[in-house]
Amino acid sequence: MGFYLAQLLTGLANASSLFLIACGLSIIFGVTRIVNFAHGSFYMVGAYLAYSLVTWMDGGIFGFWLSLLVAALIVGVLGLIVEVTILRRIYHAPELFQLVATFGVVLIVQDAALAIWGAEDLLGPRAPGLARAVRILGEPIPEYDLALIVIGPLVLGAIWLLFHRTRWGILVRAATQDREMVDALGVNQRWLFSAVFVLGSALAGLGGALQIPREAVSLQMDLSVIGEAFVVVVIGGMGSVSGAFVAAVLISVLNAFAILIFPQISIVLPFVVMAVVLIVRPYGLFGRPGSEAGGAEEPEQPLRLMSRRGAMVLAAFVLILAASPAVTGDFTSILLVDVMVAMLFAVSLHFMMGIGGMVSFGHAAYFGVGAYAAAMGMKYLGLSMLPAMALGPVAAAGAALLFGWFCVRLSGVYLAMLTLAAAQILWGVTYQWGEVTGGDDGILGIWPAGWASGDKAYFYLAMVLCVGGMFLLRRMAHSPFGYGLRGVRDSAVRAEAIGMDVKLHQWMGFTVAGAFAGLAGVVFVFSKGSVFPDVLGISQSVDGLIMVLLGGIHALAGPILGAGVFILIEDWVTRLDYWRVIFGGIILVVVLVAPDGVAGGVDRLLRAVGIRRGDAT
Amino acid sequence: MSVLEVRDLSKSFGGVEAVADVSFDLGAGEFLALIGPNGAGKTTCFNMLNGYLRPDRGSVKLEGRELVGRRPRAIVRMGVGRTFQITRTFLSMTVRENVQMALISHHKRMFDFWSRAVRMYEGEADALLDLVSMRDQAARPCSELAYGDLKRLELAIALAHEPALLLMDEPTAGMAPSERVALMALTGEIVKSRGVSVLFTEHDMDVVFAHAHRILVLNRGRLIAEGSGAEIRENPLVQEVYLGGGTVFAAEGV
Amino acid sequence: MLKVENLTARYGRAQILNGVSLELGGNEVVALLGRNGAGKSTTMKCIMGLVEQKTGVISYDGADLMRLPPHMICRAGIGYVPEERRIFPELTVAENLEVGRRPKRDGAPEWTLAHLFELFPNLAERQGNLGKQLSGGEQQMLTIARTLMGNPSAVLLDEPSEGIAPVIVEQMARVIAELKAEGLSVLISEQNLYFARAVADRAIIIEKGALRYEGSFADLDAHPEVSQQYLAV
Repeated sequence: MGFYLAQLLTGLANASSLFLIACGLSIIFGVTRIVNFAHGSFYMVGAYLAYSLVTWMDGGIFGFWLSLLVAALIVGVLGLIVEVTILRRIYHAPELFQLVATFGVVLIVQDAALAIWGAEDLLGPRAPGLARAVRILGEPIPEYDLALIVIGPLVLGAIWLLFHRTRWGILVRAATQDREMVDALGVNQRWLFSAVFVLGSALAGLGGALQIPREAVSLQMDLSVIGEAFVVVVIGGMGSVSGAFVAAVLISVLNAFAILIFPQISIVLPFVVMAVVLIVRPYGLFGRPGSEAGGAEEPEQPLRLMSRRGAMVLAAFVLILAASPAVTGDFTSILLVDVMVAMLFAVSLHFMMGIGGMVSFGHAAYFGVGAYAAAMGMKYLGLSMLPAMALGPVAAAGAALLFGWFCVRLSGVYLAMLTLAAAQILWGVTYQWGEVTGGDDGILGIWPAGWASGDKAYFYLAMVLCVGGMFLLRRMAHSPFGYGLRGVRDSAVRAEAIGMDVKLHQWMGFTVAGAFAGLAGVVFVFSKGSVFPDVLGISQSVDGLIMVLLGGIHALAGPILGAGVFILIEDWVTRLDYWRVIFGGIILVVVLVAPDGVAGGVDRLLRAVGIRRGDAT
Repeated sequence: MSVLEVRDLSKSFGGVEAVADVSFDLGAGEFLALIGPNGAGKTTCFNMLNGYLRPDRGSVKLEGRELVGRRPRAIVRMGVGRTFQITRTFLSMTVRENVQMALISHHKRMFDFWSRAVRMYEGEADALLDLVSMRDQAARPCSELAYGDLKRLELAIALAHEPALLLMDEPTAGMAPSERVALMALTGEIVKSRGVSVLFTEHDMDVVFAHAHRILVLNRGRLIAEGSGAEIRENPLVQEVYLGGGTVFAAEGV
Repeated sequence: MLKVENLTARYGRAQILNGVSLELGGNEVVALLGRNGAGKSTTMKCIMGLVEQKTGVISYDGADLMRLPPHMICRAGIGYVPEERRIFPELTVAENLEVGRRPKRDGAPEWTLAHLFELFPNLAERQGNLGKQLSGGEQQMLTIARTLMGNPSAVLLDEPSEGIAPVIVEQMARVIAELKAEGLSVLISEQNLYFARAVADRAIIIEKGALRYEGSFADLDAHPEVSQQYLAV
């Protein structure tokens, strides 16, 4: 009996921590409709600041709690700076821009934290006065856990009062539903948004600060917490604070008991809970279908078949590409394989996002599944290269079938969050399941068959697969299937009214995109000879998003251009120290300065000099 | 024989009866209007006919076949076309492509991964566009169309499935009076030439009285009157709950 | 006085207004007529600061409104009742009204809750209900009441009769008469000529984003070709 109570209390303490992080994210999303990746960074900075302040003050109980509060406040100020300088400019941009911009902030904060606090994990002190454990029914319960159990509901109550009993709170809730109308009724929503962002960031900071007696402060805290926080927000209903609380309790308590039966379940459990909840309630426990993000976008122009001249230009490019190994060195061939892999990955993501209108924050999942399936096929099934290569897209399509079934039940940013969660789960499984996937050490020694093992030979194999994959995706974009996807994106209601099976169509679109991402993963794994869990990670997913964004989402050629530019920049930047700051800065500049992407920029340039008139892509 | 037979259609939301025991018939080639105050249950009724809501009780038969329990897309395929109060089209496609999509779906070619969609059913699409006088705009992007033209395009799209019944939800909402007359006249011609029956909701009483063959009046979920324009206009109950003193419309009847 | 001169506006590539000029005097009700897509709503959105890409002059009592954000325009005394009602569905009626509340302004009638509930008796009974639980007519009343909570001196009403049952439209006409009696100026965009005639002092017709007619309803009736051409009655 005592043992189960102890498990319950541990679960509730975890729920409090999780709630603090998730509720800030949920509040910010509710009002600004921004999916804030940097929320994890605020959490991490809160922990680092609290560590420094507590160590520096060293002032007993009062000093400890004061330090935590001050840390939260400083994070709030940091949030204000981010909101005013960056987010304020992109409230009306599509969610893709917003997500990528906040990821730029993640990169910059990572390097800043590295510069200030160093790469070592920092072990915080215990909370003075709460350092021991009390015995309840004979089981030791850390006093600090009990404090956390109290703090969570206290914060929930305070936020509830703030939102329902103050004029400010009513205005915030009104802005959640219709920001423009709130503005037209005389409320300066700029400051409303800023205030909300400060509140949300400070809560993340507080969440991080409260963690220091429980876990070491590290540079991985930001991205490791964000996936779970997203899951909690989605389960609770985006924008709902009480929902976040219930979801946090549900996950944490279930987890506390489930690990007794199956210790590895921690990583998969949140996803399973989320899947179950979303099947029953597509907008989460307390969520409602809210107004969609961003402002009215300009309608996309109709697709055109490629003109004869366009086809000739393209053929010339392919020929130059094919001839390049003959005139350049092996190093260039290797780089070009990277470029082609990125291009296929980006085109597959664009197929899903640009054509299908399903924004994926976790497309790396299918890239990674493809790569791992090929590697494991070789290692465990003893397949030779070509069958292993075939296994990759098939496995990726299978994973996309599984996760896509859930994802297409949702739309917009909810769908995007679910794709992210799916990718995080797969990443977690790969990372934890060391006996099969090699865990952090990855799988090594996955080299091409003898006939394809030379750099030039592999280049041609990669070219056939990648260019072929891109050709097929393009062909599909022009087929009834691709048109159907665009139709569903334009108006699901109209698609249904002409007798289309909207969900099935999206599901198949999701699967096709996953399969081709898997193909890119296969080409990738044989060019590197090894595979590690980070191919499924958030960074890889965001890389794909940046490529699509760089290229501009409205053109079929966009992702190809974007991927090319991306790899070249990355190849140059990652040789530098503190490359994350530089890369994050580049991302922010692109988002803030050239929102229609490189393709859009080139297009404008061509129009300006009169080379190009109407004909697109 | 009736094209549509609605019997005892009922639906409650949280204990409140939104639609209660609604029964009516719709004859071949008939133009039937469903009117009533906001919240009377018109939309709920429509949504049960096209499959978006499942009735608690009652039956809906199209040419003798039961529609209740089927999915919206199945009902479309059985011959119920619809137009929307706020037009819904594929804005990133041309006018012709919009009709081609409906034809591709009608011919069950949606999961063709290889053919070029723009080359499919071009002739049929143009014929349908001719019918609504939109042929000259076939190559224009849908996003550039005027509002009235979008409404006509929706008609062409609905006809791609060769429907027996057309459900039109406030077909003239947001249009200027002359456009309203033109659209309803066009619909009338199509009804005649193709033998389609039409059920429509409408708030513009001038449109209703000028075009409907028969009118149903819904109030608080129940049918309170049924009859010709003149009968409905003179009905004191309808005047009280809906038409008012007649000062805000011209009401030059048929 | 609200003054609009040579207003042009565009959404992206589409030019919506091509030089609209109009005036709304003190305590006057003016009907802005025109077909769908003629630019009535866009004109109102421009006045309210909800359209970014615009040129021309918009002033109110001599103050320039062109560069002001919506909330400053509201604070200058202009209330806006949008076409699609846009109440806050998840807020109660009382909370909806609270969002609109602003301090009293000089030279404008002050609206108390008690006074508003006199004008809209239905709302008084439904204070605790969520916005989404109201009927279409009640929602329309709520948007007007919410705007009046800001104590405006001029109100822009965008298509108040659209999609509303004739009985409610008649009630709406009484409300507009009451607003005028309280001393407000009202600019009302309409397609329903009968309703416009019942409530407005004078008519303005726009077509293809430009002014086509300005004058009394009597004048308009004397020249049926005008309404035929631009309103196509």
